[in-house]
Amino acid sequence: MKEIVVVSGKGGTGKTSVVASLACLIDRKAMVDCDVDAANLALVLNPRVIEEKEFTAGKKARIMNEKCTACGVCRDMCRFNAISEDFIVDPVACEGCGACFFYCPASAVEFETPLAGHCYICDTPAGDPFVYAELSPGEENSGKLVTMVRTEAKARAEHAGLSRVLIDGPPGIGCPVISSITGTSLALIVTEPTASGIHDLERIAQLARHFSLPAAVIINKSDINPACTNSIDQYCSRNNIPVLGRLPYDATISEAQRQGKAIVEYAPDLPVSKALREISEQIISIYKE
Amino acid sequence: MIDLAGMNITMASGKGGTGKTTVAVNFAWFLASAGQRVQYLDCDVEEPNGHIFLKPSITESSPSKVMVPVVDQEKCTSCGECGLKCQFHAIVNLPGDTLIFPGLCHSCGLCVAACPAGAITEGDREIGIIEKGKATKEMDFIHGVLNIGEAMAVPLIKRVKDGRRDSCVHIIDAPPGTSCPVVATLTGSDAVIMVTEPTPFGLHDLKIAIDVAKLLDIPTGVVINRDQGGYPPLTGYLEAAGVPVLAVIPEDADIARHYSQGGIILESLPRYIDVYRSMAENLEKLLDIHSSRARRVMIS
Repeated sequence: MKEIVVVSGKGGTGKTSVVASLACLIDRKAMVDCDVDAANLALVLNPRVIEEKEFTAGKKARIMNEKCTACGVCRDMCRFNAISEDFIVDPVACEGCGACFFYCPASAVEFETPLAGHCYICDTPAGDPFVYAELSPGEENSGKLVTMVRTEAKARAEHAGLSRVLIDGPPGIGCPVISSITGTSLALIVTEPTASGIHDLERIAQLARHFSLPAAVIINKSDINPACTNSIDQYCSRNNIPVLGRLPYDATISEAQRQGKAIVEYAPDLPVSKALREISEQIISIYKE
Repeated sequence: MIDLAGMNITMASGKGGTGKTTVAVNFAWFLASAGQRVQYLDCDVEEPNGHIFLKPSITESSPSKVMVPVVDQEKCTSCGECGLKCQFHAIVNLPGDTLIFPGLCHSCGLCVAACPAGAITEGDREIGIIEKGKATKEMDFIHGVLNIGEAMAVPLIKRVKDGRRDSCVHIIDAPPGTSCPVVATLTGSDAVIMVTEPTPFGLHDLKIAIDVAKLLDIPTGVVINRDQGGYPPLTGYLEAAGVPVLAVIPEDADIARHYSQGGIILESLPRYIDVYRSMAENLEKLLDIHSSRARRVMIS
């Protein structure tokens, strides 16, 4: 099974738009949206949900009023300031360590596993397996939900006899990103020629190196600041990171998004669509390697 | 006269790349130039970008550490109590050996309390650095930089916020998304400014982010960035949800160019000062409405 993950460090560089186009250009693959906080790929893939699974991970404490003697042991034990003076647990602050549950002398603490999100197993209109998830607002354990969507997608890919998985990753370099990239074959970094874009590219490239994961770069909106694009080229060549392609800025991409379509299907003749087709050919050859 | 002293104003968005940092640094710059004492706090510790625009002189840099358990193998009886209680799978008990996985540890201290042999003590582990400095005479700057490969962003975010001083207005830049790092950033905010873009992706993620703000009971206003003459699904949603629009910033190639170079927009394009002024005034109205609501609740 070969998994390619599209990441960016900085948010909003065009990860999902690139993945949506690659989805049209690469056949025989499964797809995953690992941005479980704010999943957008479904908005352009128009999938049909086949199965919905509940996601639970981590417990939360709840103090039973009728049993509580207000002794204060739980408040002393809790390092997350999650228990108020009148002994109510703030479910948002509670990290689910269980200290209050294990040490309450009155056994007044319930420690249960709440529903933390949903995982959706789908087919796209083109027949590709596609998995995405929705973490409940404000929930923790996004890394575990990422692992769940990846596992479900691989299972669906195997079942369909597919050996390629294309992953849309989350922004940042923290917990859900680490869960999204571990064990994949390539981190495809979508960057943009801005001061922030370069800064964040360097950090996500360092993360890939930290996990000994090969990386390649796509420069989106490459024509908005040629000097900056040049700096990205130099950075990539210094660090032996191949640049797979450059995509010119085109307002039509937003227009395509509003129509729920990838740019390569909405306007296949634009230069940006042509550049995406060239990139997809390189990715197909990487999958074959 | 705008007075936001002591207020915690957080910029969030759900979707990344909508312009959170641009609005945050320019809003901070506007308030400082209007005579407010400002503290800019960059809580996007995974990808902090505020310094690129504010170019602060850093005067203080310190490693940020979290507690991790240290096992004295001599005292350890391999009873397994610590591994059994740890909810984060950060401790694995093998016969004759107790292994700690620091990257999974939430520093709750339960294992220290649980060990009947007193074999576990509190050590520490660096997760990133906190840097403090001055952006302008009126603006202090703090950010956290998470170490590469580190999953624990929340403790570092809390550490950035610990640097707040009461006399200032705090402009807090949140990370993208809607999960625990965003919650840790938003907690304790007096108001949140959601910066959004008029696209389906922007709107989808904005809705989730507004749900998080509601869950935390934080007054919320929206700044529509890169407006191209209105996006009915967005305005329709905001009206139905009762969320006010604090400002609308048009799509403008000049802004994009200055942003790409890492500049302060208001310095180069003073025509936008009025937009930020009305943003501040609308924010004050939002805060007033909520404080008078809070008073009414207290009286009743």
